Amino acid sequence: MSTRTLIGEASVPRLGPHVKLRFDKQRDQWIVLAPERLFVPDSVALEIIRRCDGVATVAAIVDALAAAYKAPRDTILRDVSTLLQDLADKGIMTE
Amino acid sequence: MSAPDRPYALLAELTHRCPLQCPYCSNPLGLERAANELTTDEWRRVIAEAAEMGVLQIHFSGGEPTARRDLTELVKHATEVGLYSNLITAGVLLDGARLEALVGAGLEHVQLSFQDSEAAGADRIGGYRGGHAKKLDVAKLVRAAGLPLTLNLVVHRQNLPHLGDLLDMAVALDAQRVEIAHVQYYGWALKNRAALMPSRAQLDEATQTVEAARRRLKGILVIDYVVPDYYARRPKSCMGGWGRQFLNISPSGKVLPCHAAETIAGFTFDSVRERSLADIWENSEAFNRFRGTDWMPELCRSCDRREIDWGGCRCQAFALTGNAAATDPACALSPDHAALVDLAEVESGSAPPDFVYRRIGAA
Repeated sequence: MSTRTLIGEASVPRLGPHVKLRFDKQRDQWIVLAPERLFVPDSVALEIIRRCDGVATVAAIVDALAAAYKAPRDTILRDVSTLLQDLADKGIMTE
Repeated sequence: MSAPDRPYALLAELTHRCPLQCPYCSNPLGLERAANELTTDEWRRVIAEAAEMGVLQIHFSGGEPTARRDLTELVKHATEVGLYSNLITAGVLLDGARLEALVGAGLEHVQLSFQDSEAAGADRIGGYRGGHAKKLDVAKLVRAAGLPLTLNLVVHRQNLPHLGDLLDMAVALDAQRVEIAHVQYYGWALKNRAALMPSRAQLDEATQTVEAARRRLKGILVIDYVVPDYYARRPKSCMGGWGRQFLNISPSGKVLPCHAAETIAGFTFDSVRERSLADIWENSEAFNRFRGTDWMPELCRSCDRREIDWGGCRCQAFALTGNAAATDPACALSPDHAALVDLAEVESGSAPPDFVYRRIGAA
């Protein structure tokens, strides 16, 4: 991480190297595993993280979510950008 | 009591053998000899049991875990049962071929310790000549292998003047994270407390350095920071609570709620050689002794932070008061807190004594 990853609409986000999204069968929940970190994403974060496949742009992810939830695109864009930037700053997400 | 939550993480202390002799080592004063270590097959069974219980991450530690020739096999086994593997190492026994084998076995992350920012100080503190230079090489190998790198930096009065240089070193080595941990005083560190205890001014300066670096290095370096208890107002949430999320297995198979728990005298810890890991977690006297809030003294039980810090640290309460069930003296509400702060100020204001290095028989 010699430079900070800045998330914009053109970014193509994916989980960072050695970050894993796994289903935790003992607790019946999805979990993100990363170096010295593990967290249970809430349903909104999970929906976003699962779409970060290294192919879709942020713009495309936001379009899809806005359509799926019939929500204003601006609101979705703000929420997605905030989440992904926070995850990028923690080394969880890259592009 | 209802069944406890499942543990998330296992610290596997494969061995107490280590080429370094850091005077704040978290291993107990009575170091385990190689002949008593769990065998490869015993570790394999325990790792599988841990995964079955719901453990998600395994931290291979020691001593120096790379001193075990079966480390790669154990990492591979952990990967096969679905665990996320982390290696906590001093690095000096690693080379490119060994690291490549570990990556092939599924290792996900390396935490590499540094004792100071320059060789003379680092090799003196670690008691191992040439160690610092070797660690610099290993850091590069870890990054070349594509693994995320965390630098583990234990800080104290003798290396805190170099904290800024240590952070610069982390960036130069392309580390993703640093853990800056002020020494916690149990075992060897308690024995060396006067040689390690920072002054309050040193602590304040360190905290400012960290806060400035967090702003400057946002998105470049993640900085975890553990403050020293003795100058705190409230105790740390030690292990996230006794027997709540975490378990530790010693080289001979004793199952502990934290790596320092053996410092509490009069406690018996069950071994995976005699009981299953799940049985020990759920039913052993040692794990249930300080679980939840029922065991707490009135001062803690009536506190609105009782399920935030879980009463702080039992090992510290024992080390400082002789009673493991006392309020952690790190808490400003503890009747023992003022004496603790006085002690820290007196020790940090005097010339540091020589280190008692961590080695078998030295304690």
